[in-house]
Formats: sequence, structure tokens, C-alpha cells
Amino acid sequence: MIQATHRDLNIAYAFFERNWNLTRRYIGWEVVWLVYSLVNALTILFIAAATERITGQAVDTRFFVLYLLIGTTMWSYLSAVFDVVAETISWERWEGTIEYTLMAPVPRWLHLIGTCCYAVTYSVVRATLIFAAVALMFNVDLGHANVLTVAAVVGVGSISVIGLAIVAAVLPLLFTERGAQMTFVIHSGLLLISGVYAPIDVLPVWLRVLSPLSPLTYTLRAVRAGLLDGAPPDAVFGDLVMLALMGIFLVPAGLLVFRKAERFARRTGRLKRSG
Amino acid sequence: MTVVATLQPAQSAPRAHPTSALAALVLRDVSKIFASRPLLRMPWRAQTAAKTVVAVDDVSLTVRRGEIFGVLGANGSGKSTLIRVVSTLLLPDRGTVEVFGLDVIRDELGVKRLINRVSVDAAFFKKLSPMENLLYAGRLYGFGARDTHRKGLEILDRLSITRKVALEPMEHMSRGMQQKVAIARALLTSPVLLLLDEPTTGLDPRSKKDVQRMILGMREEHDATVVLTTHDMDEADQLCDRLALLDRGRVVALDTPTQLKQAGGSLEDVFMRLTTEDPETAD
Repeated sequence: MIQATHRDLNIAYAFFERNWNLTRRYIGWEVVWLVYSLVNALTILFIAAATERITGQAVDTRFFVLYLLIGTTMWSYLSAVFDVVAETISWERWEGTIEYTLMAPVPRWLHLIGTCCYAVTYSVVRATLIFAAVALMFNVDLGHANVLTVAAVVGVGSISVIGLAIVAAVLPLLFTERGAQMTFVIHSGLLLISGVYAPIDVLPVWLRVLSPLSPLTYTLRAVRAGLLDGAPPDAVFGDLVMLALMGIFLVPAGLLVFRKAERFARRTGRLKRSG
Repeated sequence: MTVVATLQPAQSAPRAHPTSALAALVLRDVSKIFASRPLLRMPWRAQTAAKTVVAVDDVSLTVRRGEIFGVLGANGSGKSTLIRVVSTLLLPDRGTVEVFGLDVIRDELGVKRLINRVSVDAAFFKKLSPMENLLYAGRLYGFGARDTHRKGLEILDRLSITRKVALEPMEHMSRGMQQKVAIARALLTSPVLLLLDEPTTGLDPRSKKDVQRMILGMREEHDATVVLTTHDMDEADQLCDRLALLDRGRVVALDTPTQLKQAGGSLEDVFMRLTTEDPETAD
């Protein structure tokens, strides 16, 4: 039993270690993307800082900056989790290793556990660096924040985003070339409908109806409540329940769909290299 | 003879199926057909008839334990498809495939533990070093980092890949060197059935000899069974105990190289006589 668990952990760690080694080897690009994300965040926050000057109206600039900072940091974290997991197949197609990895005696759930652990670790580090850099430039006051609420929401929210990402990772299995493009469309859609930079109330009705389908909607709303208003966990109970339900549904559903898609790909010969 | 170090096998060849006492691999009436039908059909696009290609057509053969079994055929004759079916990367549409008595569909994970495959294109994370790629492979097959590192260096050393090179990104290596690392990766996991899909294509004569020595070493030192596809007739003649000749997905000849040549001429003559000029693209 212990030996089997050790073996399973070793297999799952293969994906964590491999991704870490790839990050080290592509460090130049990692720096480029980090700087790009940082500049993007700063640009958005400078708009908030200048709103009073642009509109000529009195605005609570500190609140507005913090509101957008939460959006940009959480988006940086959740979108990175989504991308790393959703691109797990696309990446292997580009590298040409997909056949080797899928031929190995690895249960798919261990493959995905290893990938998800790396996705969360990588994204936490990345989002923390961006947040720290931005916080140095803007006088961010988190004195009212309820850390417990934020930790609970980010934890449960990450699982539901992982579930969604596993479902999205199926697309590159089914569509050898267009799958990655479809995944990117989902990524962009999440940015639009989840209330990352603005409340979802401002969206046109036909877009607003999609917002409840995104786990990011509940995560962002609850994190803002915890950081801006100091809301305790029970005050965001509804959002936590929705996120938990999404995670409970999406993770097993994602694994099931992934298994079916892999079988389909084996039947139709779609496990070849592409790109 | 090259002695190749491998990790302690995580598996040994299981007890063979009663009907295939000495068989490492049994294919019964195996067919694989590809249909080029889009998964999503756009309504504004004219509907075209799906093009079907019979890549493997009713193939039955048995590879004995410890044998080096060659598969010859023109480009697109179905060699790589056959290897992919055995390596669980493709599901057969008809027929059954057994590796040491285990069915590739029902006992997929069990089969995967027994096999490894080296393909014509060395499939690696090219930014990673040989050692990082070996470490990844070792963990996938359940081996720890320390053992993999030690044995990996030992194998690479025997393949004349220095420690310095072993730690540099693979993108800096020649194709021949990359192919040697691919063989090393396969050896590391001690497969009892090694599937080699044109492993020496594009290699210089010295690298080719090295790889061929390693193939023989795998059989003699580690009791491995080898299925080898190749376009090199001399290689097939020297290495293989038996050969199957594929044409348009069908086995058109199966015998020892000596027997195949008895009809007259070289293996190349036999190949030219029994295979068609322009098979459908299947590989």
C-alpha cells in the first residue's frame, strides 16, 4: 500500500519536475511574459489612478485601484492555472512528445494531478510577484482584509478552475490543430464574462447570462468581498458553495471526458505531433 | 558485445497465454482503417465523401520471445501504424493484439509496463537535457531519481555521450546523438518488448553500428524481444531472425532472411518483387 502510494507520487511528480525543468529552460520567455503581465497590470491601475483627472469627477481612487488590483492579480493567477492545465496536451503536441507520454504506464488521473500541482505552484509564484511589484508602486492598504476568506475562496476556486481546464484540455486531443485555438477562445471568454475588471452588471444581457457558468465570477466576487470589505467566510458562503459544487462536478466530469476523448483519439489516430 | 546497463526491471515477462506459450507478441486478423472525416462539419462547406485508408489489413503474425523480428515495407505500407497499434497508441478496428498474453485494449496499463518504443523522430523535450528527459522517463515508469540518474549516466556513457553533453539541452545535439538518447531512454525502463520504428534512419554509419550493437545487446543481455521496422535491407538481414514484408497493410511474405532470399537475389530484390510502387499513405 505504502509502496504503491510512493510509486503513484513518484509518477505524479514526473510531470511537476518536467514542467519545472521546462520553466527553467525557457526562463527568458518566462521573464518576458512576467514583465508583460506586470506592465499590463500597471497600465490598468494607472487608468484607475487617473480616473479623477480624466472625468473631472470625485472618485475613491484608492478603492478603485484596489478593486482593479484584485481583478488583475486574480486573473493572473486563475488564467495561469487554466492555461497550464488546459495546454497540457497542446504543449506535448508542439514538443512532439505526446505519443511518448501517453504510451507510458501512467493512469491519467496521476498525469493530471502532477500537472495541476505544478499549475497552482507556478501560478501562485507568478501572481505573488506581480502583486508585490504593483503593491510597491501603489499605496495598497489591505488592513481590512479577511485572509481566511481569501484563502478559502482561492483554494476552492482553484479546484473548480482546474475542473474547467481539464475539460478544455480535451479539445486539443480531439482537434489536432484547432484544439489549442479553441482553448484560447475559452480563456478569452472567461476574461470577458467573469467580472475581472468590472462588475458583471455592466455586461449586455446576452453576455451576463454566461457569467454564472464561469467559476471565476464567484471567485472574484468573494475575494473582493474578503479583501475590500473584510467579509468573513460565512458572508461568502453562497459563492463558496457554488465553487465547491462546480469543482465536485467539473473535476470528475473533466477526467471522464478526458478518458473518452483519449480513447477517441486512439481510435482515430489523433495522437500525432502537430506544430 | 555491448553490455547495456538498465534499471532493475519493474516487470518481468508474465506467464504466457496458453495458446502462445513462447509468444511475445500475437496479432490476430488485425486491421486499422483511417477515415478522413472532420469531427465538426461546417454547414457552409460542401460535404465531401470521407476518404478511407486501410493502413493495416488483416494482419496475423506471432513474434517469439527473444526474437528480433523485422518489418519491411515501402513508405505508407502500414509499418508505423502496426507499431502504434502494438504500443497502445492506436486501437485496432478489427482483430486482437496480445503482448505476453495481455490484450492491448483490456490490459492496456499492463501492456504499457512491458513495452517501450523508439520512433524515427526522436520525441524529446528539446530544451531539456538528455538527463532531464531520462529522469522524466524514469519517473513515468516508476523509478526514483537517484537510480535513474546513476543508470542514465551509465547508459549514456556506454553510448559515448559525455556527462557535459548529458546536461546540455538536446536541441544542441545532432540527430544521431538524439537517437542514441532515445534508445537509452528505452533501455532505461527495461522493456521486455522493444518496438523500434526505423531507429537508424538518417544516422551516419558509425551511429548506425552503435545502435545496431545496442539492439543485439538488449536481446542477449536483457532477454528482450525486439520488433524492428527498417528500410535498410542489410540491417534487416544482419539483425533479424525473421522478417515480415508489408504491402498496402497486408503481410505478403514472412520468413527468415535466408528463406526469403532463397527464391533468388538479395532482400532488396525480394522487396522490389513483392511490394507495389506507390502505396496509399498510411504511416
